[in-house]
Amino acid sequence: MIEHGSGAKAGSGAKAPAATSDADDNILVVRDLYVSYATRSGSVAAVRGISFVVPRGKIVAIVGESGSGKSTTSQALIRRLASGGRIDSGSIEFEGRDLGPMSERELRSIRGGRIGFVPQDPSKSLNPLMRVGDQIAEALRLHLKLDKAAAATEAVRILDEVGLPDPDARATQFPHELSGGMRQRVLIGIAWACNPQLVIADEPTSALDVTVQRHVLDNIDELVRRHNTSVVLVTHDLAVAADRADYVAVMSNGEIVEQGTTEQVLSSPTHEYTKKLVESAPGLASRRLTPSLTALGEQQQSSAGKLFTHTRRAQPAGLAAASGVAASAASNGADSAEATNILEVSNLVKTFALRRQGGGSQVLRAVDDVSFVVPRGSTFSIVGESGSGKTTTARIAARIASADSGTVTFDGTDVTSLSGEALRQLRRRVQVVYQNPFGSLDPKMSIEKIIAEPLRAFRVGDRTHRAEVARELLEHVSLSPSLAQRRPTELSGGQRQRVAIARSLAIGPELIVLDEPVSALDVSVQEQILQLLVDLQVQFGLSYLFISHDLGVIRQISDHIAVMRFGKVLEAGTAGDVMSNPQHEYTRELLAAIPGQRAV
Amino acid sequence: MTNLRKPGFVLGLIVIALAIVASLAPQLLATHDPFESVATDRLLPPSAQYLFGTDNLGRDLYSRVIYGAALSLLSASLAVVVGVVVGAVVGLISGFVGGRTDFIIMRFVDVLIAVPGVLLALIVVASLGFGPVSLALGVGLGAAGSFARVMRSQVLRIRSEEYVEAARTLGVRSPAILVQHVLPNAARPVIAMAALEMGTAILSVSALTFLGFGAPPPAPEWGALVSAGRDYVATNPGLSIIPGAVILVVVLAVNRVARAIGGDE
Repeated sequence: MIEHGSGAKAGSGAKAPAATSDADDNILVVRDLYVSYATRSGSVAAVRGISFVVPRGKIVAIVGESGSGKSTTSQALIRRLASGGRIDSGSIEFEGRDLGPMSERELRSIRGGRIGFVPQDPSKSLNPLMRVGDQIAEALRLHLKLDKAAAATEAVRILDEVGLPDPDARATQFPHELSGGMRQRVLIGIAWACNPQLVIADEPTSALDVTVQRHVLDNIDELVRRHNTSVVLVTHDLAVAADRADYVAVMSNGEIVEQGTTEQVLSSPTHEYTKKLVESAPGLASRRLTPSLTALGEQQQSSAGKLFTHTRRAQPAGLAAASGVAASAASNGADSAEATNILEVSNLVKTFALRRQGGGSQVLRAVDDVSFVVPRGSTFSIVGESGSGKTTTARIAARIASADSGTVTFDGTDVTSLSGEALRQLRRRVQVVYQNPFGSLDPKMSIEKIIAEPLRAFRVGDRTHRAEVARELLEHVSLSPSLAQRRPTELSGGQRQRVAIARSLAIGPELIVLDEPVSALDVSVQEQILQLLVDLQVQFGLSYLFISHDLGVIRQISDHIAVMRFGKVLEAGTAGDVMSNPQHEYTRELLAAIPGQRAV
Repeated sequence: MTNLRKPGFVLGLIVIALAIVASLAPQLLATHDPFESVATDRLLPPSAQYLFGTDNLGRDLYSRVIYGAALSLLSASLAVVVGVVVGAVVGLISGFVGGRTDFIIMRFVDVLIAVPGVLLALIVVASLGFGPVSLALGVGLGAAGSFARVMRSQVLRIRSEEYVEAARTLGVRSPAILVQHVLPNAARPVIAMAALEMGTAILSVSALTFLGFGAPPPAPEWGALVSAGRDYVATNPGLSIIPGAVILVVVLAVNRVARAIGGDE
């Protein structure tokens, strides 16, 4: 597939079709493409002279981390660059015609009809005021000229095809009523609705559950075979590319640093960057991370003089005085010593009402009789797909949401129905780290203020003390204290998540609920954050309730695992048991769905 | 600042700067005492000595316009402050508390918006007595409804942001969340709207003073100047037209700059 500018790979493509000789077999030929963005400080090159071809009926994966230019490439292919972006030079030939000079009007008939596009951000790509069924029907009516009734029926079928449970009811819902994963499935449905020749899929499955990811990717494979569709699969996930693509192009800094057949690239990566990427992919090779040596060293080190550690030491006494939780625990008498289980959850039930097509409602049991215990100082993980109830369970456990029935016991004290000030005092001991580091930090606040916010809320220390603690915490999460005066918008996703973790540590909690803390991050960053979490756990004796859809990630951090589906815990046990000897059929399915197994 | 390269914006800034100087230190710009009548110089056309001419009592119209800026602009500013503060507080509470409180407050705001602003101002002035302060209160209350709506919509948006929930799980109390997270993030659209409202407020204040609800006669308020010139429209149209033109220019300038502040280009 390759015609690299330097010709470096020219001889390597024995299995790759030669681009020049049989151009008819290539649905898309990209030659020497340059794309740049105009910014205030001048023009920034985003894509710098890339060339590749997409053979008919094949899947070509463009792999790279954020900022590598892979998304810009996918947008440039259908000339839908973000504002300020322009194609400086190069050609994009689709079915032998250059899309570059083509008029907007001509392009419109190609986009959506002959080239489908699956966008990256499921939360922004759907009209929030339209029912999702109608949004698919809209594409069908526009390009396939179906009538209203036929389009509606077809839309429901498509929803079913992309793996939405209960498609009849879902079709009548609005995007905000669906989870991120479900929204992305709707978008994939829209892209494939009109049977296009080429589909450009920009991170199509990043927001999806592993089994659904597999389902959707299987679906794509099938479409590719049946209709001879070509796919440009843009992904950060090398494992997905390894399983699905016929050809892989690895991008870094706007250039294709390595490309070839999937086998060639993954089995014998030649470029330094590719090697690093192959190593850090969690699906390809992973195990429970062990604390790094420096973390163990710090644990043994005397904590005298350390402000933050000092705060932690002093904290329980202050808490006992102020907290209704601790006071009631003390009055119970029995639990004055530390309970072995930091958190016990029993028989949780939470239901939501779902609207159905044609009126009436259906009760969805989001959490259905869930019980588990989190032993002190360990990581308990809940793995499940979207709609499994894992996040709702975590939110109830963290007392953000309340359950319909069941109890949450924290450190021997029933906290199920705490409210007001008593609930606020519980926050000293239970903290939460959210999935999206772009949403969970106030954009108007400085990093220092963000980290010190819990201290301020509980009136710990004065302003200068809090600033010092914030700086110390920045060091604990391996960030430079010089970032203290920056704002979140100036930080990368990984840096922001470190800030969120630092903030959750500030008040000295015992339990941290981590809701998909790494799923919004690049793979190589994911592993760094997981390593950080493992180190901090040892340093501060933390307990984690860890939520993830990704068994690859779960495997790297968990001591105990519970597998959830449809609101129920199907299987729970130590990480080793669940991973190596899964008892439930669904767990085996989840394990089999971890991408990257073809390559190993 | 790309705005500084746009001539309209720069011109607007200059006009506003002059208006502010006129209202704070009129003696710097005025050429005569605005209250001094020179019996021999009645109803003169504009000249080098009297830039805008003189009125029926022989007072310098230019100086009266300059001295009038203080009353007109300060009433208008007060009106905007009243509108923003009342509107923002109402909107903030409505959006943040939600539920029944929100419903009741917003229906009241609907009624407030349904009544024309000038009429509302008239009602307030009629009940509080004539004068620039009650006029400003009236005009401000008339604008408060729309500020409340904008603020509420901002608060509703921000309330569902993840960082607000994150703050709650960090243990931050509701009033602190309101002040530290919701208000700073909601402020910008409200500020942009306040700037735009300034032009409207100048017009409303002038209109109501024209009708005689503002400062009593000897005071040189802009609307009052236009009104005083009415009797001489046939012979000396400048007496009404010139103060009117000044109002027009200042309102245009304020709107032009306000639009740039709001990023509405």
